[in-house]
Amino acid sequence: MQIRPILSALKKHRVATVLIVMEIALACAVLCNACFMIADRLSAMQIKSGVDEASLGFIALQGYDPKNSNDLDARVIAGLGAISGVESVHVINSVPFGMQAANVGITLDQAGKEFRGVPEIYLGSPGTPQALGLQLVAGHMPANEDYQPVQGYFPPSSNVLITRTLAKHLWPGESPLGKEFWSDKYQFRVIGVVAHLSVQQYDEEGERGAQWTVFVPALPGPNFSGTYLIRAKPEDLDRVMVEAKAAIATIAPDAVLDREDSTTVPVLRTRFFAADSAMAGMLVGVIAALLGVTALGIVGLASFWVAQRRRQIGIRRAIGATRGDILRYFQTENFLIVSFGIALGMLLAYVINAVLMKFYELPHLPLYYLPFGALALWGLGQLAVLGPALRASHVPPVVATRSV
Amino acid sequence: MLAYYLDLALRSLRRSPVLTGLMVLAIGLGIGASMTMITVLHVMTDDPLPGRSARLYTPHLDPLPLDYKRHEGSPDPADDMTWPDAMALLKAHRAVRQAAMSGGSLLLRPARADLHPLYVSGRYATAEFFPMFGVPFERGGGWSAADDATGSSVVVLADALARKLFGTSDAVGQTVRLGEHDFRVIGVTADWAPKPLFYADQTGNQYSDADLFFLPLSVAMGQKFPVSGNQSAWGKGESPSLTSANMSWLQFWVQLDTPAQVAAYRQYLVDYSAQQKALGRFQRPPTNAKLYGLMGWLAHENLVPGDVDLQLWLALGFLFVCMLNIVALLLAKFLRRSGEISVRRALGARRRDIFVQFGIESALIGVAGGVLGLGIAQLGLWSIRQRPDDYARLAQMDLSMLLGTVVLAVLASMLAGLLPAWRACRVQPALQLKGG
Repeated sequence: MQIRPILSALKKHRVATVLIVMEIALACAVLCNACFMIADRLSAMQIKSGVDEASLGFIALQGYDPKNSNDLDARVIAGLGAISGVESVHVINSVPFGMQAANVGITLDQAGKEFRGVPEIYLGSPGTPQALGLQLVAGHMPANEDYQPVQGYFPPSSNVLITRTLAKHLWPGESPLGKEFWSDKYQFRVIGVVAHLSVQQYDEEGERGAQWTVFVPALPGPNFSGTYLIRAKPEDLDRVMVEAKAAIATIAPDAVLDREDSTTVPVLRTRFFAADSAMAGMLVGVIAALLGVTALGIVGLASFWVAQRRRQIGIRRAIGATRGDILRYFQTENFLIVSFGIALGMLLAYVINAVLMKFYELPHLPLYYLPFGALALWGLGQLAVLGPALRASHVPPVVATRSV
Repeated sequence: MLAYYLDLALRSLRRSPVLTGLMVLAIGLGIGASMTMITVLHVMTDDPLPGRSARLYTPHLDPLPLDYKRHEGSPDPADDMTWPDAMALLKAHRAVRQAAMSGGSLLLRPARADLHPLYVSGRYATAEFFPMFGVPFERGGGWSAADDATGSSVVVLADALARKLFGTSDAVGQTVRLGEHDFRVIGVTADWAPKPLFYADQTGNQYSDADLFFLPLSVAMGQKFPVSGNQSAWGKGESPSLTSANMSWLQFWVQLDTPAQVAAYRQYLVDYSAQQKALGRFQRPPTNAKLYGLMGWLAHENLVPGDVDLQLWLALGFLFVCMLNIVALLLAKFLRRSGEISVRRALGARRRDIFVQFGIESALIGVAGGVLGLGIAQLGLWSIRQRPDDYARLAQMDLSMLLGTVVLAVLASMLAGLLPAWRACRVQPALQLKGG
């Protein structure tokens, strides 16, 4: 197949060709960036919480007198524990994807000079790490004597679990076991490392990592009460939560149930990422619409060119060109146009990515998105032109002998 | 002549229904997507208090020490005001009206046995809040400056909460138990919920929140009621309280009716800052003091989330691609009719006539595309309303947006038709006639 005659034919339709090339370039640029943004959102949604999500639910109570907190906790733990299917009830300050309970700036020295970021803190009563299903990778779980009363926000000095990610961040290359860090007057000593435990409110922006968390063993009291972790078999969980919320009215008539936050962890997770999945869905819609419109443009213009060249095609057929030759002619023509568009589109993709990086704090567009975008557009172009090209190949040679 | 061109255009469009359909579809999709996002942006940046907003201002002092380092992503403490500054500005009474305010969420124990206790969010404010913002009342009214001074336990309820608590009976005069303290209801507001809730601090959902109660700030301070919203403290020393000079948490609004008053108030703020600097409290230049108008304040707060911005650009980019498409298709369509053009030219039509004829044809596609686009935009807005974001429920088209859609569609398609029509009217009649 000779390319030169195709190029000189295209030169006669310079404006239309340039327009289609521009359209493909834009489609290519948007396609690459939109796919990248979808991947970015989806990967954010894949965050490992590190807990047995399907087995866990959360109940939050408010409005009770803090003086009665021990009594309230005892009543709720006994009352909810009596519901059939409930495996355990623990006092905990929050769960992954739940309300943000505590985050503090920490330092590696007591004087507060070596600032190392703002992790989130989980407070849990005896047995909570086991109920959450935390996976220990080093050290040991808190023993009974590690659980201490809260004074202010935390116990004044506590033996804590931290995540692998936070350990690497604080002490790269060293064993974190036995190491200490501070937040104001509170002292924390690492006794164990867990594989994962995600923050409660994941935020892509800012200084906080998704796995910068600390588990602080604590005994319930006036400053730490009223919020509960329920564990049940996954198949029982939904029913258990409905019954638990109904039971609160009789177990704790003096407290107000926080209906928003009291639900299963899977529901909290879905709700937490609802905006991201809506955005990803919207981007899929944009890609589909853009590719659809681009394909329509190619079909329209190719049809027009075929109609315009009926006589020329007839002559070529009359002097010996096969149907395959005609078909290939239009397909090659489309391949050339799309290739020009892709070349331009790759440049544009990087320009758009640069703008997105500046205004929306998106990371750099990885290079491997470009060949995939190119393949998609070549495929789309070939599919779109197939119809008109087939019609062209069916032009009978006798057309050549007719006057238009 | 126009009717003739219209007729020609209709005939031409009917001759190639597939191509016409493609063009209408392309314009419709592009316009539908763009108008969906333009409408969302329109409702988000709309004036929350039309007719009144031009006279409302929020003063902005800069009490932060010179070495204050703001963490990325955290709110600017200077966006809120400290208790001493707010009280000083209130006492100085230099504006027509002024009010200090803050949000709060309180436990409400309904007297009715069939209602569960619930948390309600509302506002602690000073007396001029109501006349300044023009809050309409269904019954009763706001409280007076004397109530502020004596700390009367009075409350104004939003109509939604009043109906919930008291049904159809008159709420004024009734007692409401908020945060373990009894309040006498003195007023019920008529439906009033500015969107966005411009006077609230940035930490809330400003498009979905509404105040369900209003009570005197002095009472809230006296009862040590919890304050919601951002509370930022700076500097060293003992742990800050709400009345500290180094903790900001209050919002402050003033009403200024004339440009002279605005200029005078701006000067007053600078003078106040200079005085505070002389006293050693402020460290930064007094000219840092600012006075934002309501709309300017919304722009400063930049409430429109990045996602919405991004989607608008995507939609406009999509419209542009659709237009490119239409240019190419129209070009093909018009140039195919070179023969027809030549005949008309030979019979005496001017270039202008040809141009107008094709312009009308493009406009017609635009009108059809606009109608389709309206439908698609309604579909788009419906899908936005299903979204979890707090602004989503507001996504509704008003009349101006409705007309805007059609105008944008016609403009876009005529713009797209410009080049093809121009090319068409440049066709050399003689060449074409010979060739045909």
